[in-house]
Amino acid sequence: MYSLNQRFDNMEIPEDEHMTAGHVACAGCGASLSMRLALKGLGKPTALVVPACCWGIIPGAWPQTAMEVPFFNTAFMTTGAVISGLKAAYRRRGMDDVCVVGWAGDGGTYDIGIQALSGAAERNEDVIYVCYDNEAYMNTGVQRSGGTPLGAWTSTTPAKAPKSEPKKDMDEIMIAHRIPYIATATAAYPHDLIAKFKKARSMRGMRYIHILSACPPGWKTPENMSIEIMRLAVLSNIFPLYEVENSEVFRQTVIPDEVEPVNNYLRSQGRFKHLTQEDIQVYQREVTTRFERLKERFDRIAV
Amino acid sequence: MLEQTMSNVKVVEGSEAVALAVKGCRPEVISAYPISPQTHIVEWLARMMANGEMDTEYVRVESEFSAASVISGSSAAGSRSYTASSSQGLLLMTEVLYCSAGMRLPFVITGVNRALSAPITIQIDHQDTISLRDSGVIQFYVESSQEVYDTHIAAFKIAEDPQILLPVMVCMDGWILTHSYERINFIEQEKIDSFLPPFRPANFLDVNNPKAWGSYSEENVLMEFKYSVQQAMQYGKKRITEIFAELARITGRDHGGLIEAYRTEDAEVILLAMGSVVGTIKEAVDELRSIGKKVGLVKIRCYRPFPHEDIWEAIKAAKVVAVMDANFSMGSEGALGMDLKSKLCGMRDTPLVFDFIAGLGGREINVKTVRRIVEKAEEMLNKGLPLSESYWVDLNPEILP
Ligand SMILES: Cc1ncc(C[n+]2csc(CCOP(=O)(O)OP(=O)(O)O)c2C)c(N)n1
Ligand code: SF4
Ligand SMILES: [Mg+2]
Repeated sequence: MYSLNQRFDNMEIPEDEHMTAGHVACAGCGASLSMRLALKGLGKPTALVVPACCWGIIPGAWPQTAMEVPFFNTAFMTTGAVISGLKAAYRRRGMDDVCVVGWAGDGGTYDIGIQALSGAAERNEDVIYVCYDNEAYMNTGVQRSGGTPLGAWTSTTPAKAPKSEPKKDMDEIMIAHRIPYIATATAAYPHDLIAKFKKARSMRGMRYIHILSACPPGWKTPENMSIEIMRLAVLSNIFPLYEVENSEVFRQTVIPDEVEPVNNYLRSQGRFKHLTQEDIQVYQREVTTRFERLKERFDRIAV
Repeated sequence: MLEQTMSNVKVVEGSEAVALAVKGCRPEVISAYPISPQTHIVEWLARMMANGEMDTEYVRVESEFSAASVISGSSAAGSRSYTASSSQGLLLMTEVLYCSAGMRLPFVITGVNRALSAPITIQIDHQDTISLRDSGVIQFYVESSQEVYDTHIAAFKIAEDPQILLPVMVCMDGWILTHSYERINFIEQEKIDSFLPPFRPANFLDVNNPKAWGSYSEENVLMEFKYSVQQAMQYGKKRITEIFAELARITGRDHGGLIEAYRTEDAEVILLAMGSVVGTIKEAVDELRSIGKKVGLVKIRCYRPFPHEDIWEAIKAAKVVAVMDANFSMGSEGALGMDLKSKLCGMRDTPLVFDFIAGLGGREINVKTVRRIVEKAEEMLNKGLPLSESYWVDLNPEILP
């Protein structure tokens, strides 16, 4: 039972905090909230590896940090490989209980980091890789990435010539790697996000979690709308919430009561302002087609 | 007449000046990947593309490794090609840059100077581009946005000179130049077009005349391939000077040749530096001159090939050269200091050379800093001691381990 204005009253959110106040993310940042919730689901001992991205900055400048778990800043394209090495050493040193988590943006995942990620996935490394996806290179001022959706404005795809290619389907790429666990999540559905991180922690082998993260400056949205916009993404099937085990078992975890038209999602954001009604129809068709393809697999399992 | 001149003057951001210079050079292929503080350059170019002001293939790649690789491909196909990067991004290009210089691919890169990780930072120094000094890429360093504009236009002509054919990197300090606004004199398009005709190299990946590029080579030929790059560098010194002079005749602006010697005539202490800090040093030199100190400056415009002959002419009568390095070769000393010392070694009656490390990670260098450096150099000179280790300016001992 999921709808736009729904309240979650009796949601169980672990009280432990592994990230403190005083970080430097923008107001309304989906990425910082996602980390806070993810760590609640993961618990300790956990070690984080973060490449260049907003999250490399969010903990604050030396000598401060908002993190209460070890945090390793690494070069932009290296996350998949660094987590492989970190886990190997923990294993050797009798610290196999440490959950090693790579936490990268869409640029660091879809684009520059895909080689190291694919290598780690193919080797079925015993790690969790998280892509927090704000759909552009935000830290450098909103340039397009392979994760930027069709038609979006960015600073390298100006409104006069917005992005002409659809978003790369990274989830399908990961599904093709046949790894133990893949999930999509968003901080707009905290219980779902936390449950997925808990589940991922309980498993072994390569786990990939894709988080949609609203970004007010990059999406040109008011700071107080992030949750609603992320909800709209789920309710309009632009970002369906589901999980996949061994590329065989597909399960949709948040099923909208009523599917919203993509129009509401697109119209809520300045980055899509230039889209015409026709563009939006094309968009709707793209989203519906992709969801239908996914749904076939949900349905097959349901039987 | 006046009106016509005025229409070519505009106050623009340094990054826009670069983008306008690149546009004026009519590149056929541009690759782009974001990194601070380079991003504004590729964003300006993206805007010009979207407005239909440029007829260029604009490839928004997925890493700097690909940014450099795209233009190595397009350059091999005989197209004028360009990209820009900074810091970590430039390092990621390293392998491709060595390959490209070896295959004599004359593209142009703007190297926006920024320090290297770790710790991660977006502040400036020259460690990134200096780390590429051995690659076979020609490197220019600039003081102002006007100089960056002019140097880009010269850069394509230099890269594409049939006897040079090497990648050229125009290095400019991030933020200080890329993000500040300056009054720029632009060159009329017809003048650029006649200075820089279309690039149509004799050799390219021609399907009608198939040749193999970068083929496997061994001890019988590899040294000659490498030596030929050095020959091009040596020959380049002459051609670069000529091309800079040719452009200066067109623009009426002379930024100097491989170096600019500033008030060095009777100088006892000469500062040697490159990049935007040179403006501050000139001010310090003027101040010191006004109180009777015989101080001068050598600004390096062309760092690779290293213009030691020109530097020698400017410094040979001085007592001491204070080199200001915004980089450091860990375990040794600053790169400019090393370059200069290695060239002076074995010569008679050379000035003493002291190497100062200043401005790493954006640490401020102001007129007072420069005066302290001059004082320190004089002190060492008076003691008659060579400063064998680099002197790190303004270190804070309180936070050292
Ligand atoms: C090799 C390299 N290239 C480019 C950069 C510059 N850079 C730092 S963060 C960033 C954007 C990261 O985008 P994304 O991964 O989507 O994370 P976000 O900032 O959007 O959260 C870029 C391009 C870098 N640090 N290293
Ligand atoms: S730019 Fe976007 S992703 Fe980065 S901190 Fe701000 S809201 Fe978060
Ligand atoms: Mg991003």
